[in-house]
Amino acid sequence: MMHLLNPQFWTFVGVVAGIYGLLALALYVQFSMAGLPNFGHVAFMAVAAYTMALLVIRAHVALGWASLAGIAAAVALGFVLGIPSLRLRANYLAIVTVAGSEMIRYLATNLSVTGGPVGSMGMLGPTQFATYTTSWQPFINGVTATLSRWVGGVATNDFSMLCLVWTLLALLLLLFRRLEKSPWGRVMKSIREDEEAAASLGKNVYAFKLQALTLGGILAGVAGILWALEIGVFAPDDFQPTLTFYAYLILILGGMNRVWAIPAGAVLFGALYSGTRFLNFYPLSLVDSGDRAYLRLLIVGVVLVLLMAVRPEGLFGKRQELLLEK
Amino acid sequence: MASLLLQLIYNGLVVGAILALAGLGATLVFGIQRVANFAHGDYMTVGAYAALLLDVTWSTNLVVAAVGAIVATAALAVGLHLVLLRPLRGRGLVALSLITVGLGLVLRDALFLIEGSQARQYAFNQAAVLNLGFVRIAPGELWAGAAAVVVVPAVAAMLAWTSIGKSMRAVADNRDLAEISGIDTDRIGLYVWLVAGALAGLGGTMLGLVQGVFDPNLGFNVLFLVLTVVVLGGIGNAFGALLAGFALGLVMEVSTWPLFFGGVPTQYQPVVGFIVLILLLMFRPQGLLGKAQVL
Repeated sequence: MMHLLNPQFWTFVGVVAGIYGLLALALYVQFSMAGLPNFGHVAFMAVAAYTMALLVIRAHVALGWASLAGIAAAVALGFVLGIPSLRLRANYLAIVTVAGSEMIRYLATNLSVTGGPVGSMGMLGPTQFATYTTSWQPFINGVTATLSRWVGGVATNDFSMLCLVWTLLALLLLLFRRLEKSPWGRVMKSIREDEEAAASLGKNVYAFKLQALTLGGILAGVAGILWALEIGVFAPDDFQPTLTFYAYLILILGGMNRVWAIPAGAVLFGALYSGTRFLNFYPLSLVDSGDRAYLRLLIVGVVLVLLMAVRPEGLFGKRQELLLEK
Repeated sequence: MASLLLQLIYNGLVVGAILALAGLGATLVFGIQRVANFAHGDYMTVGAYAALLLDVTWSTNLVVAAVGAIVATAALAVGLHLVLLRPLRGRGLVALSLITVGLGLVLRDALFLIEGSQARQYAFNQAAVLNLGFVRIAPGELWAGAAAVVVVPAVAAMLAWTSIGKSMRAVADNRDLAEISGIDTDRIGLYVWLVAGALAGLGGTMLGLVQGVFDPNLGFNVLFLVLTVVVLGGIGNAFGALLAGFALGLVMEVSTWPLFFGGVPTQYQPVVGFIVLILLLMFRPQGLLGKAQVL
């Protein structure tokens, strides 16, 4: 049993919460602003991470360029799923994204180029150990060395990652707050509320939806690459479909219509995510540690249902602005 | 090669029957209750495990187990409708979809906690393959095929000729007109969940039989195929869903035939389903039997 106040563990939880926060922000753009229900967002993370790793490992592309290509691949996935379904009602997008994310997982598990079930380690075949972090490691070590000059021994690589992820998230939140209040953001919300009305004012609804899908794809791509860099090696199982619903939970916990609620939701989620590890009292002690992951998902499901049923605007959301009639 | 094709057609019809039954329930729920049920796959899993409990733990025969699965899943579907989904009616499709996603997580992970993640199977001799000379039918597929032969025509007849079936199709087609002509849509809502749950329970059991071994991800793994059937048949179109289920099942199985462009490797079958979905949305979003309209 790990100590409850183990700082390394909580730093890691903080990084995870920040990355899921980024994914939640991606959903915020698509779901809260434009009213597009993307139920397979994890696939965008996976596509970005796989593209990046494949380019680094097999084509020896520099990590920075490979990451950009990964993000572009996530956007491309958005087009593949969005172009056939965006002209239809919102539910078609939900269906096609669920299907798309299953597809990506199938392909990642079954293709040999993606390393199959082994994942990134097996990208050069079973005999050779493949890694995409060769140039990332010295960089993050450098960041840690710099940080340790100010904060001393607290600085670990996870701590550096924590600072990077949350700084990025904070900057993006500022940016999106501006965007939301801009004319562009207001058109988005008008599309969410009433597509026909927006179209009658001469707004190209389809183009705006595609923009929301693209922005969401970029953000999810960034989240996917950060996640891959944080965990060092990844397999198809690191991109379980449930990740998408963690992000929804963050969005709903914090409040569906307030961009500032995302970090609050991420922190609450981090507590929930890690909390099940420490809940060792009766009756939860009956559940052995291997099954805790299922318990966690069960709780996520219960919280999702309860929040949507009782407080659909989230803990800090505005009740006037609800995404109801869609 | 020809006997392999026959084999694949038989498999396709059995898988198709499963998809047709599950898709029929999902499309009626979608059309009548205005819920895109993302927990539908997990309803199927509940059915498969209910049958497992009866068949293996209480060692009843498979027919009793399947009936038990139907009853249990129908009860679950109706119960959740009354307790959760009906009170939340009017929350909008997307909010309700998200609720069913949460519901699916709860059901699936409750099964993982109770039953564990190990692969399970029904208590029949999987090696007793029926050899008809040109086709060989595994016992699980034989049972599932038998269930399909009984249930699919019965369900189709129910939809076509009984007043309940007609009312269901009427409400799915146009709720307001149905209400005006005196159909109690609230009562129909209850029946729809009853039928959808029963068919999901049976479909899940059949899927468990066909797969041989399964874990609590059984139904979730085919959820997107069930949703594809819903779209393929035209949302809310009962006969469309039946037809679409068989069509998708056949396409997925026959696409692995070596004479069909060398045959799609078996593990990529779901990809075929996905391509069908994307093409469908691009060229015929109203589905096979749907009327062209604003979607």
